[in-house]
Amino acid sequence: MKLVIKTVVKPGSTRANKTGSWRSFMPVFDHKLCSKCGICAIYCPEGVVYKLENGFFEPDYDYCKGCGICANECPKKGIMMVLEGK
Amino acid sequence: MSLLKPGHRGCAGCCDALAGKFVLDALGEDCIVVSPTGCLEVFTTPYPESAWGVPWIHSLFENAAAVASGVEAAFKALGKKNNTKIIAIGGDGATLDIGLQAISGAFERGHDITYICVDNEAYMNTGVQRSGATPLYASTTTSPAGKVSFGNPLHKKNMPAIIAAHGSPYVATASVSYAPDMMKKVKKAAEIKGPTYVHVHAPCCTGWKFDGSKTIEVGKLAVETALWPMYEMENGVVTNVRKLKNRKPVEEYLKIQGRFKHLFAMEGGTGEIKKIQAIADWNVKHFGLE
Amino acid sequence: MRQRMVVVEGSYAVAYAVKVCRPNVISAYPITPQTHIVEDLSQFVADGEMNCEYMNVESEFSAISALIGASASGARTYSSTTSQGLALMHEALFNAAGMRLPIVMTVVNRALSAPINIWNDQQDSISQRDTGWIQLYAEDVQESADMVPQIYKLSEDEDVLLPSMSCMDGFILSHVYEPVILLEQDLTDEFLPSYDPEFILDPKNPMSFGAFADPSTYTEFRYKQEKAMETALIKIEEIANEFSDRFGRYYGGLIDSYALDDAEIVIMAMGSVIGTIKDTIDILRSEGESVGLLKIRSFRPFPADAIRKALNKAKVIITIDKNISLGKNEGALCTEVKACLYNSDNRVPVIGFMMGHGGRDIPVNMIIKIINKAKLVEKGIFIESEFADLREDLA
Repeated sequence: MKLVIKTVVKPGSTRANKTGSWRSFMPVFDHKLCSKCGICAIYCPEGVVYKLENGFFEPDYDYCKGCGICANECPKKGIMMVLEGK
Repeated sequence: MSLLKPGHRGCAGCCDALAGKFVLDALGEDCIVVSPTGCLEVFTTPYPESAWGVPWIHSLFENAAAVASGVEAAFKALGKKNNTKIIAIGGDGATLDIGLQAISGAFERGHDITYICVDNEAYMNTGVQRSGATPLYASTTTSPAGKVSFGNPLHKKNMPAIIAAHGSPYVATASVSYAPDMMKKVKKAAEIKGPTYVHVHAPCCTGWKFDGSKTIEVGKLAVETALWPMYEMENGVVTNVRKLKNRKPVEEYLKIQGRFKHLFAMEGGTGEIKKIQAIADWNVKHFGLE
Repeated sequence: MRQRMVVVEGSYAVAYAVKVCRPNVISAYPITPQTHIVEDLSQFVADGEMNCEYMNVESEFSAISALIGASASGARTYSSTTSQGLALMHEALFNAAGMRLPIVMTVVNRALSAPINIWNDQQDSISQRDTGWIQLYAEDVQESADMVPQIYKLSEDEDVLLPSMSCMDGFILSHVYEPVILLEQDLTDEFLPSYDPEFILDPKNPMSFGAFADPSTYTEFRYKQEKAMETALIKIEEIANEFSDRFGRYYGGLIDSYALDDAEIVIMAMGSVIGTIKDTIDILRSEGESVGLLKIRSFRPFPADAIRKALNKAKVIITIDKNISLGKNEGALCTEVKACLYNSDNRVPVIGFMMGHGGRDIPVNMIIKIINKAKLVEKGIFIESEFADLREDLA
């Protein structure tokens, strides 16, 4: 890698850093309880809860840090925080 | 996908990341973002990476408003100032304290910029030191509660009023816990010509000492207890307030945060909480929240 | 002869030079003795003679900060300041240089407080020596004006991309009326290409400027700045020659000389005192003395090689400093010249004289006095460095 002067860097390039490894607890989405309101996606600080084609939501575990905001805010209590297994 | 990309180094449950995401979601690609030094700046741009999907510049801690005004002047001079929004996103220290003079100058000059203060009520990037935005009796690392202290002895500076006094056409308060409202206000501010301001309340799990899953919950309680009044001011006049139906006592907001826990443990703490309740009561009266 | 001389104030000549360089954004805060430059520029804008955004900012700190934003947006930018104003910019000067933004600024040199003093010395710009800005010093009004397009061309060169200070002595040059040739618009347009940087703040190509560098990358940014300074050493000479070809005026590149080739006593200095030194040399040469001048035009980058090559027969070097590094009892030029000779084959004794601080005049007899003191070296009496113009009744 050669430096680009002006301390200029390319947009969106933090994607190289997979923050999923930070996680202690992982959110598990229960589609049976989901009302498809999308609050989980809105309040994800990483912006990595995505709407699926069927209208349900799932996080991108490559980046999800496991903060638990989605589980805390889900009005249907349809997201469980589960201890990460080996 | 949001224009604030993942992989950034914000804490799990970070309020700044939420604020940055909401701003970009509200404005889209045609904007330039200026960041002063602070958490949002540091955790989004570790060289050679950047989380920003829009043009972004960081210069120094105290000069974001001046840099943004220079960007605006350049876009005008080069004939490029069409619909491109020029936005500064600064923390409370960069806004209320060290950058205040540059903000005053930029707002007086009338540049077509929008300044967004993401207020987490202390210098979080350096380790939770008090700022001019730290509320009464919050314990920070430089205003700690102790045997003879209830924490920060000073009141929070009223920054929206200072901006409004500059003749800004649009000043609003918002909260990361009310995303659609915040995005609406940011968009409105950016679309109004001239220097506009949105002051966003942003609960910091690390600095305020609560679990990262509670960021939105804590922010909602600030609004529901009337400690964070949500309003819009146009040309210096309050034109819209978010009314409260069932106002909660301030204890409900204070007790879930480590920075206020001494108020519940120390002798005389209950009496001091009444002073915080008085702030909420004043807000209700002043802004007609009920 | 198409060039016509007019008698104008130094500040006007510089402001006119800025005008013909067509900056897009000017941002400045008034401070004596810089005010006439920004007043003249404001008038050009008010009269519709300049197509630029003129920003009346609330401090020098915001003046330079606004230009950081403007330059990163692709604008050609200009400011002017002095003394306390330059000191107030200090933090942002490093930032502009580190971000490789070719901002150009005229520094109208003035003393620093306390005691407060509005007159000329060079403590202000010298104190910004390590900020990463190119610093050129002008000898007279014509050079102060002609330096502006030269320094834009230098700063904006894609192999340089460093901000620059064009330094002129306060009052002595800024407020003096001299016959000058005002820079012609057409010749300047031919000399100075438009500024077209590779990276700018642009929603169509959304790059991030000013990222956070940790220990694994910070050093290389500093190294690249130093390499750019080394490139500037070459470009300053090239640009001075090209300017000479087009405009017929030459003031030296990195350095200039006067009666230097056979000189045994060499005086080294920067700025307006050069004229007085030349007059002194004329007097002493007519009396058979072997005295010459080596004018330092570029202080940053420092032209160590050029200096070493220019010293043929020198037996003693005198440096004149309108600044002091307190606690070293030495001016910056003295220190730099000593350092650049220490590892050379030609380690000539260097004697530093500090004078002209806070606007104190440097007359011919003062130059003669320090030359006579320097001659004592031949008798084995060596003066390291001293204030040459102290008032014994006050000191």
